[in-house]
Amino acid sequence: MSDMFLTASSSPHVRSKEDVSIIMRDVVIALLPAFICSIYFFGMKALTLTLVAVLVAVGTEALIQKLMKKPITINDWSAVVTGVLLAFNLPAGAPWWIALIGSVFAIAIVKHAFGGIGQNFMNPALAARAFLLASWPTRMTAAAFTWPGGADAVATATPLELLKGAEGVVGELPSIASLFMGNVAGTIGETSALALIIGGAYLLYRKVITWRIPTIYIGTVAVLTFIFGQDGLFTGNVLYHLFAGGLMLGAFYMATDYSSSPVTPRGQIIYALGCGIITSAIRLWGGYPEGVSYSILLMNVAAPLIDKYTMPKIYGEVKANA
Amino acid sequence: MKQATFHGGIHPSYFKEFTSHKKLIQSNPPSQVILPMQQHIGAPCEPIVKKGDVVKLGQKIGEPKGFVSAPIHASVSGKVVAVEPRLHPDGRKVLSVVIESDGLDTLHEDIKPQGNLESLSPEKIRDIVGEAGVVGLGGATFPTKVKLSPPPEKKIDAVILNGAECEPYLTADHRIMVERAEDVVYGLKALLKALDVQKGYIGIEDNKLDAIEAVKKAVGNDANIEIYSLHTKYPQGAEKQLIYAVTGREVPSGGLPMDAGAVVQNVGTAVAIADAIKIGMPLVERVVTVTGSVIKEPQNLLVRLGTPFKEIIDQCGGFAKNPGKLIMGGPMMGMAQFSIEVPVLKGTSGILALDEEEANVPDPTPCIRCGKCVNVCPINLLPLYISAYSLNDAFDKAEEYHALDCIECGSCSFICPSRRPLVPSIRVAKREILAKKRKAK
Ligand code: SF4
Ligand code: SF4
Repeated sequence: MSDMFLTASSSPHVRSKEDVSIIMRDVVIALLPAFICSIYFFGMKALTLTLVAVLVAVGTEALIQKLMKKPITINDWSAVVTGVLLAFNLPAGAPWWIALIGSVFAIAIVKHAFGGIGQNFMNPALAARAFLLASWPTRMTAAAFTWPGGADAVATATPLELLKGAEGVVGELPSIASLFMGNVAGTIGETSALALIIGGAYLLYRKVITWRIPTIYIGTVAVLTFIFGQDGLFTGNVLYHLFAGGLMLGAFYMATDYSSSPVTPRGQIIYALGCGIITSAIRLWGGYPEGVSYSILLMNVAAPLIDKYTMPKIYGEVKANA
Repeated sequence: MKQATFHGGIHPSYFKEFTSHKKLIQSNPPSQVILPMQQHIGAPCEPIVKKGDVVKLGQKIGEPKGFVSAPIHASVSGKVVAVEPRLHPDGRKVLSVVIESDGLDTLHEDIKPQGNLESLSPEKIRDIVGEAGVVGLGGATFPTKVKLSPPPEKKIDAVILNGAECEPYLTADHRIMVERAEDVVYGLKALLKALDVQKGYIGIEDNKLDAIEAVKKAVGNDANIEIYSLHTKYPQGAEKQLIYAVTGREVPSGGLPMDAGAVVQNVGTAVAIADAIKIGMPLVERVVTVTGSVIKEPQNLLVRLGTPFKEIIDQCGGFAKNPGKLIMGGPMMGMAQFSIEVPVLKGTSGILALDEEEANVPDPTPCIRCGKCVNVCPINLLPLYISAYSLNDAFDKAEEYHALDCIECGSCSFICPSRRPLVPSIRVAKREILAKKRKAK
């Protein structure tokens, strides 16, 4: 017994079993319902795009870490999450190489050029989406949106474009039910509000995310789009704004991205409010029909500053100053 | 009975079932005790015996030096065989008195009942407590007499007994409340009298229903003592969190419980006070929970101070397999030991042995900014930032982020999915900030 080797590390001596890979795996699990819906509505194209994006994301991460002689961390599942989210932001009509380029950009530039996991100040999938949108606008918008189940070549307007009544856009607004289920045009992962909400509830249940960012973001959009309706104040079509476009995907899965959102409770509230206000402003008055991506990216940039000025009141602080 | 809690905190696995139903058992008398002259927070004692002296059980052998200090007494009768530095559970060598027991436990003649509580003045109670060497037995080991002597300008109106025992594995306080409820209440009444306070509170976590029942019975219909059933959550037993749960008051940043009008004492301490008054026995023994996956027969033992860990572990059947880690105290705030030869001290609430797998310290990975450490911090700190600044030697920034308010509860390290060394790095920051403050003076 004298040759016993005792570890003398510092307290605490027990730790929660949850590690980064368990969290990221939970995110992947939460994305499964939307993934299944995407295949149901958009067919093989959705499957191919997602597979390409995930494989390239994981491969790029492994390659970069190998080249930089860093430990390879692909089994933490974070690259898988980025791949899935990127694919979810692509229209079904996008060619496979768009997924490939987007994934390389997300992992190599947005994630690793800034130091890897936890260091990127923008959501990699969203930054990649913005990059793709700027580089191949026609491959990423209208022309590439297909009506689910329809013939591939038939491009259609998204519900938000219809709602906005943009020039040259014709078509019937889909019913709230198909909007909720996801049987509408849009990027492959964003259309089914139902599937995204189920996954979001799972994330909340597993405490991967807290209620603050998604509920305040969604709530702000609901309130603002109701107030500033098309037919005057307080006439907005709230359900349309909630279930159409990328709001659910953005609010539950992208605005909550750890690296690029604030960690303080008050900071998260301000950040979510900001996302909601910008999204509503773009949708109501901006040049684009959709504002989710840009609002999150803009608030990502502000996140470090928000954190800095929203340090929580610590236990015992007020009375010390009194 | 009221239900109360605080903000933040975590729910670790408790593992209390190893020992929560095991009755307190007197451990075998040790053949030799090692009594370090530092068994409390504050200035160490000075030995007042020398090698070769014959001492009796309960005889004072260490004289306190300084206000924040508490005397140390012989826990056996016998002969002093050494007064020399010995390994202390905190990892240093500390001047210690080593006594070879004669097996007789001859009681020192000063040890006699001190009269009933009604007849004792507050000053007398304070003196008895001070002379008996009573310190906070929850593990913090703050000399009790000092807590009973607040400066006159601090108005104390609440005495809170801490029966939360929120550390996983430990059941010493639990068993004390079940088996010695009368003395717990007696000790509280002595504290109330010493501080001239009306209202006493006893906070117990709601996973110890038998303890709540027993204490309730002991309190009877005394309207001045209120029992609080506390939400089972770590660190419910931390002083500041307990005060908040019971009184709704916050101890000011940088302040002490008395700044919130409260004095907190552990339930074991209350029993030690009862013993000091009723029998006149100084603190020479304490309850230690010996537990963990590699201890053959986990127990709650009444152990003489100074008994080497090894003897205690042997009495619990020894190790079932190779231990990976030996901890004094609980798994959240306890101190890892290099050696099983160190002695039980006044602050030894538990001896916890974990197996090699449990002892494994996982390698940290980069912070993913998940904010979990922020959500669990009971003080509302931003552990990820304090830690990052500390690791970059930016101690000024760490101070701006209130590093000094950290109570080192370990909740942030516990929850961090990236296994970041949050508490150790915050400790470094605290040390550096305090050192700089001292220099500046
Ligand atoms: S819990 Fe760990 S990984 Fe999460 S923010 Fe805190 S330090 Fe970073
Ligand atoms: S920062 Fe300090 S007080 Fe806060 S959880 Fe960590 S150890 Fe506890």
